[in-house]
Amino acid sequence: MTLSDPANRSLKRDPGMDQHMPHGSRRRVDNSPGLYIHVPFCISKCGYCDFYSCTDTRLTDEWLGALTREVELWRGGFGPFDTVYLGGGTPSVLSLLQLERLLDAVRGAFDILPGAEVTVEVNPADWGLQDLLVARSLGINRINVGVQSFDDGELRFLGRRHDSRQALAALANARRAGFENVGLDLIYGLPGQGFNTWKGSLEKALLLAPEHLSCYELELKADTPLGLRYGLGELEPRTGECLRELFLRTSELAEGAGYVHYEVSNFARGMEKASRHNRKYWDHTPYLGLGPSAHSFKDNRRWWNTGSIHDYLRLLGEGRKPVAGSEDLGPDQLAFESLFLGLRTREGIDLEEYRDLSGRDLLQEKGPQIESWVREGLVRVEGGFLRPTRSGMAVADALAAL
Amino acid sequence: MKDIRNFSIIAHIDHGKSTLADRLIMKTGVCDTRTFKDQMLDNMDIERERGITIKSQAITLPYAAQDGKTYSLNLIDTPGHVDFSYEVSRSLASCEGVLLLIDAAQGVQAQTLANLYLAMEHDLEIIPVINKIDLPSADIERVLEQIDSELGLDPDTHLKCSAKDGTGIEDILEAVVERIPPPKGDPDGKLAALIFDAHYDAYRGTVINCRVFDGTVKAGDSIRFMFSGSVYRVEEVGHFGLSRQKRDELSAGEVGYIIAGVKTVSSVSIGDTITNDDRPCEKPLPGFKEAKPVVFASIYPIASDDYEDLAEAMEKYKLNDAAFIYEKDSSVALGQGFRCGFLGLLHLDIVQERLEREYDLNIILSVPSVRYRFTLKSGEVVYVDNPMHYPGPMAIDKGEEPYIRASMMMPDRYLGAVMTLCIEKRGVNSNMHYPSPGRVELSYEMPLSEVIFDFYDRFKSVTQGYGSFDYDLIDYRESNLVLLDILVNGEKVDALSQIVHRDRARARGVQACDRLKDEIPRQMYKIAIQGAIGGEIISRSTISPFRKDVTAKCYGGDITRKRKLLEKQKEGKKRMKMVGSVSIPQSAFLAVLKSDTDS
Repeated sequence: MTLSDPANRSLKRDPGMDQHMPHGSRRRVDNSPGLYIHVPFCISKCGYCDFYSCTDTRLTDEWLGALTREVELWRGGFGPFDTVYLGGGTPSVLSLLQLERLLDAVRGAFDILPGAEVTVEVNPADWGLQDLLVARSLGINRINVGVQSFDDGELRFLGRRHDSRQALAALANARRAGFENVGLDLIYGLPGQGFNTWKGSLEKALLLAPEHLSCYELELKADTPLGLRYGLGELEPRTGECLRELFLRTSELAEGAGYVHYEVSNFARGMEKASRHNRKYWDHTPYLGLGPSAHSFKDNRRWWNTGSIHDYLRLLGEGRKPVAGSEDLGPDQLAFESLFLGLRTREGIDLEEYRDLSGRDLLQEKGPQIESWVREGLVRVEGGFLRPTRSGMAVADALAAL
Repeated sequence: MKDIRNFSIIAHIDHGKSTLADRLIMKTGVCDTRTFKDQMLDNMDIERERGITIKSQAITLPYAAQDGKTYSLNLIDTPGHVDFSYEVSRSLASCEGVLLLIDAAQGVQAQTLANLYLAMEHDLEIIPVINKIDLPSADIERVLEQIDSELGLDPDTHLKCSAKDGTGIEDILEAVVERIPPPKGDPDGKLAALIFDAHYDAYRGTVINCRVFDGTVKAGDSIRFMFSGSVYRVEEVGHFGLSRQKRDELSAGEVGYIIAGVKTVSSVSIGDTITNDDRPCEKPLPGFKEAKPVVFASIYPIASDDYEDLAEAMEKYKLNDAAFIYEKDSSVALGQGFRCGFLGLLHLDIVQERLEREYDLNIILSVPSVRYRFTLKSGEVVYVDNPMHYPGPMAIDKGEEPYIRASMMMPDRYLGAVMTLCIEKRGVNSNMHYPSPGRVELSYEMPLSEVIFDFYDRFKSVTQGYGSFDYDLIDYRESNLVLLDILVNGEKVDALSQIVHRDRARARGVQACDRLKDEIPRQMYKIAIQGAIGGEIISRSTISPFRKDVTAKCYGGDITRKRKLLEKQKEGKKRMKMVGSVSIPQSAFLAVLKSDTDS
């Protein structure tokens, strides 16, 4: 690997490789709300993605106008925020000028706490060093790069519009631009992907030493081009056996390289580098989601915006919030969410919080089952938490559904 | 009495009986379109969903005929499935005539014939009605030809209609008035009324549907059920509109209801005769038969805490289903439950669905069984409808199983396939004839157990839906019977055991293991499934544990979608029963009865 940039060295100075969970710590060090903004544009759709996006980038200005109105409608009604996350879609499709207007609008209407984590998802093909420098000057302090693979064949298969060279350049440029919190995304479990191909991508990623690494299993969802090909019998998906192997080996390799496998798909160089924003989704911290299809949560209510850009533009044009639906979560739903979300995290389920939410003692409620999981090495009970082991995490959904 | 007509509509399934009934109801103005619900007479959800009538119903239609008089037309609806053929016969016994409905595209089918024979037995006036004439595939010429050659009826007497469009409805009503004879009987004679249906009303107790043949009945009378011997005081009599319409009396020739403080539907036997206790008639009306269950299975709550709720639900359900019987039962694998008897597999399905839907219970059914007869070495004769009570090979001198005569009708191109199926199902003594060119009527004597074991589905499949099927129980015949056990991870699941013919045991064992492999979802551990006779393992399959199941990102804050997905999985698990360390889904218990050829 050719990573001689200074940022890499600064990483190595980083002492924060705390692999240990905060034993017994009563969570929520920070329970400030998070702000999510969904940028619903993509230059082209990737073969696997079923998130809402629109390829008509002529609409970006109109969208930005609508988003600004949506921000105004919420003025003072949420916050102060300690995370801002621009996801999509592809936020890096926006021009830097548009990005500046967006962030100005946000800062004008909401309190953003000092030291807030401000993340933007970036396609490696979009931003050069200059763009990244500007982005930093706009107050963005965390970059998440959608690398997906370092194999060009795989990138073509996935329908990505960048290649591995661009990915390496984007990461190096992020460091040069001074970003000290860089994450990258990879996808594993592609049809026909041998373990060594995957290991190649993973090891490259680990050598680049990002603060954060997400490894997602490829899902062949029905409404995606790859899902369609699968439906036509053109693709042979990986077996559960093979995916489990990939999952466990990935976890071993990443942890061997100094990362904490803190959530099913997420690794961080020390817990303080874990995505502060994403954690809010998992532990019922309030968050406000703006933009088409974005979800919000506050006071045990979750609501979501319309997924259609056209409805979104129209509703905001009429001065109305583009909310499409909502649900009020009762104690059982909250408890079940903290159960299945907890089982996805290394920290596990906070048993006291579960008791507070549901009025039930989880260990008593599911005693025999939990005992058998402990025997099978799927979970551990320690420090007031029920924690999945690595192999427990692999079957977190099944554990949650029992 | 001259202004009364009592009639029924009989038809093969899906030939449009309920639609026609609805049309007649609308035409006579009993209800307007606004209050009209599709298939008015089928008022249970399950009936509407399955498009079949389970319980018969009756309604009185006031009809102003062209002759200027107003008639009371009593339309008695009949159930449309072989499981309920006795209820059909009691409804027909209450009529003077029938509309024999034939689908213009499908023509005469097995149940058309079976129903025609029933109507003839009761000496009813038969009016053939060709329905669905609006269909592009309608072939009226062919149907007329069939009416002549297969039904032996005069094709000139036919009527044509489209119940869907509403064409020809007036002609049908006129024909009912003109051609169906008015009822006979003596209003001043001794009371004789036939019970053809009963249902439970939460406020009034059992509402008895009956046809009065002789005499008169009114509130205050003391009535006696001649078969059961019980005596009640009449509280109310009346006719059926869309709801009950109270009257002063019901007299000879009329169809209506009686409410007499009867607590449960089970106290009323369909086909029984009601007479006046003070002035009884000499003998009951003919044709009474006790409804006898032929298929048996045990019902267990999935959560053993629900046992009391299940007991209560069974009791309530039983109020409205006289044919359903049950008693306490317990299984090593599944805990406390009930052994139940059903008229057939459809009846079983319906009971299961209604218990779950109306009483919000999660239940599991053991593998259904017929009632076997064993003569023991001690000379004692025992009936066994529960494989758990199989006497054991050493104790048995002779085993016997119930046989049926199956009547099937199909285009002759399917004859070979159907015969192969029947022979595979141990069919004997075949009989066939060609009622008309290109069509075959085939009958076989077959063990009932083979018929409940996936016969009907495979029959439909080999005849591509063109075949029709009906059966009657005939007798018990000697059979070499063994007990097939299923072991899950080495543990015998008694609710999966079956009594089977020795020659079929191996195939059944293999099939059961294969089906269970498909039905039981992967779990945390490897699961071994084995079929065994006595101590001998005859088949096996393995379910490998699932390896990884967590995929979806919990990302962008859409936790709701993920939760709903998991809740659905969890809901699915609620319909599973933990047997040892393995969750077995409800569907598995019925699935072992189905072959791989089912979709």
